Amino acid sequence: MSTFFFFVQLLNAIQYALILYLVASGLTLLLGIMGVINLAHGAFYMVGAYIAFAVVQQFGNFWLTLPAGILIGLALGALIEKFLLSRLEGADHLSQVLLSFGLILLINEGQRLIFGNDPHGVEVPKILAASIPLSNTLSYPVYRLFVCAVGIVFIIAIGLIMAKSRIGMMLRASAENRDMARAMGIDVKFVYLGVTAVGIACTVLAGVIAAPLASVYPGMGDQVLIQSFVVIVLGGIGSLSGALVGSLLLGLVDAFGKQFFPNYAAFLVYAAMIAVLIVRPQGLVRSRGT
Amino acid sequence: MRKTDLLITRRSALKAVGGAAATGLLVRAFPTPAIAQAAPLRIGFMLPYTGTYASLAKNIDGAFRQYVEEKGGKLGGRSLEYVMVDDQAEPSKATDNMNKLVDRDKVDVVVGTVHSGVQMAMVKIARESGKLMIIPNAGADDATRSACAPNIFRTSFSNWQPCFPVGKVMAEKGHKTAMTITWKYAAGEEDVRAFKEGFGAVGGSVIGELYVPFPEVEFQSFLTQIAEKKPDAVFAFFAGGGAVKFVKDYAAAGLKKSVPLYGPGFLTDGTLQAQGEAAEGLLTTLHYADDLDNPTDKKFREGFKKKFNADADVYAVQGYDSAALLGVGLEAVKGDMKAADAMYKAMGAAKIDSPRGPLSFSASHNPIQNIYLREVKNGKNTFVKIAHANLADPGTGCKMS
Repeated sequence: MSTFFFFVQLLNAIQYALILYLVASGLTLLLGIMGVINLAHGAFYMVGAYIAFAVVQQFGNFWLTLPAGILIGLALGALIEKFLLSRLEGADHLSQVLLSFGLILLINEGQRLIFGNDPHGVEVPKILAASIPLSNTLSYPVYRLFVCAVGIVFIIAIGLIMAKSRIGMMLRASAENRDMARAMGIDVKFVYLGVTAVGIACTVLAGVIAAPLASVYPGMGDQVLIQSFVVIVLGGIGSLSGALVGSLLLGLVDAFGKQFFPNYAAFLVYAAMIAVLIVRPQGLVRSRGT
Repeated sequence: MRKTDLLITRRSALKAVGGAAATGLLVRAFPTPAIAQAAPLRIGFMLPYTGTYASLAKNIDGAFRQYVEEKGGKLGGRSLEYVMVDDQAEPSKATDNMNKLVDRDKVDVVVGTVHSGVQMAMVKIARESGKLMIIPNAGADDATRSACAPNIFRTSFSNWQPCFPVGKVMAEKGHKTAMTITWKYAAGEEDVRAFKEGFGAVGGSVIGELYVPFPEVEFQSFLTQIAEKKPDAVFAFFAGGGAVKFVKDYAAAGLKKSVPLYGPGFLTDGTLQAQGEAAEGLLTTLHYADDLDNPTDKKFREGFKKKFNADADVYAVQGYDSAALLGVGLEAVKGDMKAADAMYKAMGAAKIDSPRGPLSFSASHNPIQNIYLREVKNGKNTFVKIAHANLADPGTGCKMS
């Protein structure tokens, strides 16, 4: 393997990691701050992809899909917190698992009724449709680099909000000790509403942005759900910086594993997870809500 | 949903019984001994009516009924009634579902299925029970190789069939080296093996085999490896959403221009609308194309369009021919399924004028058929030429007893 292709694989690893981070952040927000296990995470990702498909088909403009995804995601998240999750406060994880499993069934069946079972494609917006030639055989799609850029902006933004802003402080306080936060005058109910809305909107948005890359088809969220869980278990449950570390590790193992040990590619990711669980059961980064 | 289906069939079964009784009375009043068996023949469809393969099931089931209707609602003088079981493409439920059809519903013929894993469980029961089974899609080689049986017929393809001729096509284009890429699962591995056999036979060499964990769709790392090794061509097998993403990623990585992509027709069947520009110009091989333009195909496509307001596809053709094959068997024994040996013999010797072209059967009951080279043009899989005429599966390991 030449140095050139080593760096191409490194680029593959990093861009895959950034996509994974975008996708997993919503799950880790909900789990870290509210302790909610959301199995429907992959289904919300799929909702995002289908929103992108429907909006592009209806209006022929990809850029409209971003606000559409954010708005629908926020609304969906708020409704789910208000009418479903808030009723489970204090209940055990099994209830959450059942609830989110029910949501998966609902969303899958809804998708089938509205869009049918055929796979669909979403065109990459014209301005990003080009590819940058890397060698005489290989070029890199600009849209993938765009997704990387979105991922980086997202990491910086969420890091700043969490560490520096008043909202971030409230979030961390609510995550650390719900009752104490309440006693200090933080409206925990409102915080939860906001976190669920934002967390699910993140996931839906990730689906929207990934749609031109991933195409749009039934069950596309299943794989994403598993990968997201691997990412947050690797990185440390509920930690956003941990999710970043987890994503990078998973991206590296995936890209180079497929290059050097192609026969074990499927297994390597989980082997890495098991290794981390044995050595550092709390994940690579231990923290609460940051 | 399944419950209502069964209720309806039960109700129509009651009606049928009533009708049969009435006919019996009439027969007694006006003695005409020619009516052999009044009870309708029970056809058991075991297909994935829900889930990813639902559209395949719909087209197989629909085109089967279309054929029967075109023949006036009867095959070999017998009217038909249908029992439907949704197998959900779920191998773990396959044995139960098949037993339901055979033991509880007492069907005369089983038509199914799409998914190869489910199929092999059905094959086992068909072999044990001796029930006539017609396979309208699943391509698992073994169903008409080591697991073949007199009562098992296939009207679709063995995985080997559409892939073997790809090597010859590549050699004709002057390609000497190739890499393969597919999901790491049974069908993918059978396809790659068939391609290697065909490519090796014309002196080509496979310089790399890539296997993507099933059902993962992150191809970037593999595409980089293809760009690094620079083969003359790539053989790929994916289907459904995976095929859409692979073909788009392949084009976006700039490989389409430098390393031409080939594969069995599933790479571009039912996916072209989603693949768009990225699929244009791809060459694939299959036993059907969108514009074969023979009279049977024309009539079939018009009939299908009228009945379902949708375009027929290769799966519909396979359903249509399943009914045609059953018709040949029933015709030969005048609708008397007890004469099983004679019936199977007639089916094995059947020469069907199929929408796909001439269709006959090899000793292991797998189709002998043309494999066509198709090119994607303006969102259609258009006919280029016959890649391999009258191709028969080798049927390795088949011992009919």
